[in-house]
Amino acid sequence: MNRILREAADTPAIGAAVPRPNGRRLLEGRGRYVDDIALPRMAHVAFLRSPHAHARILAIRAETARGMPGVLDVVTGQDLAETVQPFAGLLVHFKGMKSAQQRCIAVDRAAWQGEPVAAVVAETRRQAEDAAARIEVEYEPLPAVGSLAAAAEPGGMIAQPELGDNVCFTREVEGGDWDRAMAQADLVVERSFRFPRHTGVCPEGRSVIGDWNPADRRLTVHISHQAPHMIQDCYARLLGLSESDVRVVCPDVGGSYGIKTHVYGDELATCALSMRIGRPVKFVADRLESFLSDIHNRDHAVTAKLAVKRDGTILALGYEGTQAIGPYSVYPRTSVVEGNQIANICGQWYRLQGYRAKVRALFTNLAPYSNYRAVGHPVAVGVTEGLVDAAARQIGMDPAEIRRRNLLRDEDFPLQTPSGMKFEGMSHHRCLDTVLRMMDYDSLRADQAEARRRGVYRGIGLASMIEITNPSAMFYGVGGARISAQDGCTVRLEPQGGIMVLHGCGEQGQGTETIFAQVVADAVGVPMGRVRLVTGDTDATPYGGGTWASRGAGVGGEAAWQAGRALRKSILDLAATIHQRDAAQLDIRGGIVVDAATGEQVTDLAEVGRVAYFRPDTLGGVRPELSVTRHYLPTQYAFAFTNGILACHLEVDPDTGFMKLLKFWAVEDCGKVLNPLLVEEQMRGAIVQGIGPTLLEECLYDERGQMLNGSMVDYLVPMAAEMPDMEVAHIETPTRESAIGAKGAGEAGTAGAPAAIMNALNDALSPFGAELTEMPFTPERILRALGKS
Amino acid sequence: MKAAGFRFLRARCVAEALALKAEHGEDARFIAGGQSLVPALNLRLLEPRALIDIAGLPELTGIRVERGRLVIGALTRHAALTGDPLVAAHAPLLLEALPYVAHAAIRNRGTFGGSIALADPAAEWPACCLALDATMVLTGPHAEGERRVPATEFFRGLYATALGPDDLLLRVEIPCQPAGTRNAALELARRHGDFAIVGVAATASDRELKDARIAFFGVADRPMRFAEVERALAVEGVSAAAEALARQVDPPADLYHSAATKRHLAGVLLRRAVDRLRGAA
Ligand SMILES: Cc1cc2nc3c(=O)[nH]c(=O)nc-3n(C[C@H](O)[C@H](O)[C@H](O)COP(=O)(O)OP(=O)(O)OC[C@H]3O[C@@H](n4cnc5c(N)ncnc54)[C@H](O)[C@@H]3O)c2cc1C
Repeated sequence: MNRILREAADTPAIGAAVPRPNGRRLLEGRGRYVDDIALPRMAHVAFLRSPHAHARILAIRAETARGMPGVLDVVTGQDLAETVQPFAGLLVHFKGMKSAQQRCIAVDRAAWQGEPVAAVVAETRRQAEDAAARIEVEYEPLPAVGSLAAAAEPGGMIAQPELGDNVCFTREVEGGDWDRAMAQADLVVERSFRFPRHTGVCPEGRSVIGDWNPADRRLTVHISHQAPHMIQDCYARLLGLSESDVRVVCPDVGGSYGIKTHVYGDELATCALSMRIGRPVKFVADRLESFLSDIHNRDHAVTAKLAVKRDGTILALGYEGTQAIGPYSVYPRTSVVEGNQIANICGQWYRLQGYRAKVRALFTNLAPYSNYRAVGHPVAVGVTEGLVDAAARQIGMDPAEIRRRNLLRDEDFPLQTPSGMKFEGMSHHRCLDTVLRMMDYDSLRADQAEARRRGVYRGIGLASMIEITNPSAMFYGVGGARISAQDGCTVRLEPQGGIMVLHGCGEQGQGTETIFAQVVADAVGVPMGRVRLVTGDTDATPYGGGTWASRGAGVGGEAAWQAGRALRKSILDLAATIHQRDAAQLDIRGGIVVDAATGEQVTDLAEVGRVAYFRPDTLGGVRPELSVTRHYLPTQYAFAFTNGILACHLEVDPDTGFMKLLKFWAVEDCGKVLNPLLVEEQMRGAIVQGIGPTLLEECLYDERGQMLNGSMVDYLVPMAAEMPDMEVAHIETPTRESAIGAKGAGEAGTAGAPAAIMNALNDALSPFGAELTEMPFTPERILRALGKS
Repeated sequence: MKAAGFRFLRARCVAEALALKAEHGEDARFIAGGQSLVPALNLRLLEPRALIDIAGLPELTGIRVERGRLVIGALTRHAALTGDPLVAAHAPLLLEALPYVAHAAIRNRGTFGGSIALADPAAEWPACCLALDATMVLTGPHAEGERRVPATEFFRGLYATALGPDDLLLRVEIPCQPAGTRNAALELARRHGDFAIVGVAATASDRELKDARIAFFGVADRPMRFAEVERALAVEGVSAAAEALARQVDPPADLYHSAATKRHLAGVLLRRAVDRLRGAA
């Protein structure tokens, strides 16, 4: 989309708390989401979805539906089986993983409640729904795997009978010297944890328009998505088109959180339907189908232990966890990144001498499951930090003190962790000191003691953490996924002196475009208001991975910087030619070419543009190149790890089990802070998304795999009224891999908030000897822990 | 999901509303604030062929005092109770309960009468009406004119009331409470604005609590008063009342709370309500 960035500060933009220039447009309702796009002759599709978690489809009778008003086409899975290839998320670096092949619309068998079994295309969505309701499907219900426990039961039901068992993927990691570490332990604390199944609840549901133009045999896909080039590649392959026959356009995207990085059968089918009828077809997931068909995430049962010495030295951490995925490994990123990531990072921010992890992903007949914001981190951080606090309680040490003794120290870096991760640099102790100061830890403890005497139970929870950001090709590329780890940016000088930026990373509300505008403004030397951006169009932007895994600022930002610097050089060379100066003595400041030494104006960008585009004949054979493209890919480190600490203060009412969040503090080290305002917004939003599944959010299913709370009435998302104040501070440990030094900042809050809340809750309940490790922490669970229900 | 198609008919007076209902019969529904009905339409839980808009009926509007009774027209929006001097003077319990009713945007459109007619078992107004000994005034297609039904007989079961399918609720009449009356409205909800897990609306003439009327919501298929609880409170005190409540109340579990949890929470709210009734007036 084209966006004009106005109202921006003058240079330097990097590091300034610049508000998002596109925020106003969105707040005024001038955004343009997929559902705002109305194409000529556009039709609408409604999907009929399986009411059963697992059922054979015996017959589908659609004659009545076909005859209903406005109906253009009615299809079953069989009807699309020829034209749309099946798919499954299988990557070779996840050794031994398996999955059944998924169809865009179920053929013969539905494997979860909500899987599409038929589609109706009509002139309006209502007509499509009216007709879909009249399709008769004869099902033979099959035994369904309706929970993690059922999936894990030896000899139990099997979600995908053709696979023989429910195991999608297992991995074991061992590092350091486990036996030696354990032998030194004075005590081993062991706990079981449960992390609920939950989902992303984007403000804007999944939306797509497939627009097949039979005349130029080209498919344009307008889609609410995070990775346009990935969709282009996947759709071309699955629909039997060449890549250049598919254009993917992502307009404004209303939140994504990882939900919109996947290939969904209904979206793909929408495009296939457009190709069938030769008209644009729109699909917008409504709230009910979002709950049943958007990817779910978490759903882990974990047993873990921490070996410590009585003096508080942490020796070893052992993790054993199982996650319940859906019936298929989601295409193309798989459903196992979460567990894999946990095995990579759990506990690795402590000076461990021994580490063992065993992760397992099991198929179920629940909704498909894949990556959601902070993939794996809330589990890894929750388990680690929960164990650290449990150990501290057991040996009678203050939670801040045990962290001080064991967190990785500045002088430990760079290092390779027992799990094999390479860390470049972190600031755990500075973060810890900063957060303790911000929260006035000692007075908070004094207040806690005083309040307890009044029968008021407050708790303080700390959670140190790390976050995987800026992934290299080690993330997906090595496994054979055609998901770009590099990103590209084109920057060009316009004749009147404006700067046009075309970037492979788009925006879903996190401010990516603001970051790019800031970076390019400084790289070239112009005020931010001169920079105009195009993102989210595979016809226009350089090839790139898109926006996920906290890579936009760190990877995309570096590409923007490099492109901006290169353009700056081209402009200076040209100005030097025009004015017979030495380019090395010139500079661009505020959009003006000046003599670097004296600040004297030499020319401005509009004049350079005029000459370059309209009178290049005067340049004596010099050919100006004022469009430059640069690509960037991190190569030295597989990931740029960030670190930080969260702290939570809360109050529990032991009579009702209700909990009130009083305050959050976060200290985050995401490397160079390009825009503190945006980092803080990311932090706060992410904390809220961490609060959700810790207190409220859970996809509840019955044992037959029927979702019990698939609506906004029953699925409880956090609301503003209950959210506490959040204070955020920054420490900067830039990565030396890139010039801008930025790491990612998108997920830390979600990663750390659950642990911080759990620790604060258990701190508050410690006078009662009660402890909770099963999320969400509902009033009922708290009352049970207190023996009151 | 899109609502199924329907006709939208705007009635200008009660007689016309009733006539339209008679004409369209079972296929038609009255719509007041639409804050419960419209979500049901959009989920296709209901697919009426016609909606009869009663929002413009003059007979259903206004708050006034008549013969010692506070009269609240069925069409009174929740938000219209805010700061109303008559409500503040004669039934302040309603103002204590008001902040618990939904969210500001819903309070702006949802109606007092709609809430009573819908009779959600976890809604605040039905319980308040029970605690305040209110009388519902209804009318219907049959020639008998207005019917007056006391709150104790109005709420009959899960979303079931004394209203017949073609009846209209016109207004609610509440005996004006003497000055000095004590009130307590409390509820527990996971998020502000959600329907209550458990709630209580209570009133008593003085701190002795000999005549306390304590209505619970969210604990049964309809708002409930428990005679034994009120008697135990009057005679023996709060602990006896709590024990009586634990014996009497048999709440249905919901998605997140077992019957046992709700019973426990009802007991906690009873004690808190009693503390409040006994506190400063
Ligand atoms: C997110 C959300 C949260 C909510 N939270 C709460 C809450 O905490 N507490 C609470 O009490 N309510 C809550 N509500 C419901 C809200 O208060 C509704 O406004 C109210 O229940 C119904 O009033 P209405 O005027 O909107 O009725 P409508 O939606 O118009 O109608 C509801 C039903 O009542 C019938 N009806 C309406 N008026 C009459 C009448 N005069 N005579 C006969 N029949 C009539 C209609 O035919 C329909 O069947 C919530 C609603 C939402 C969407």
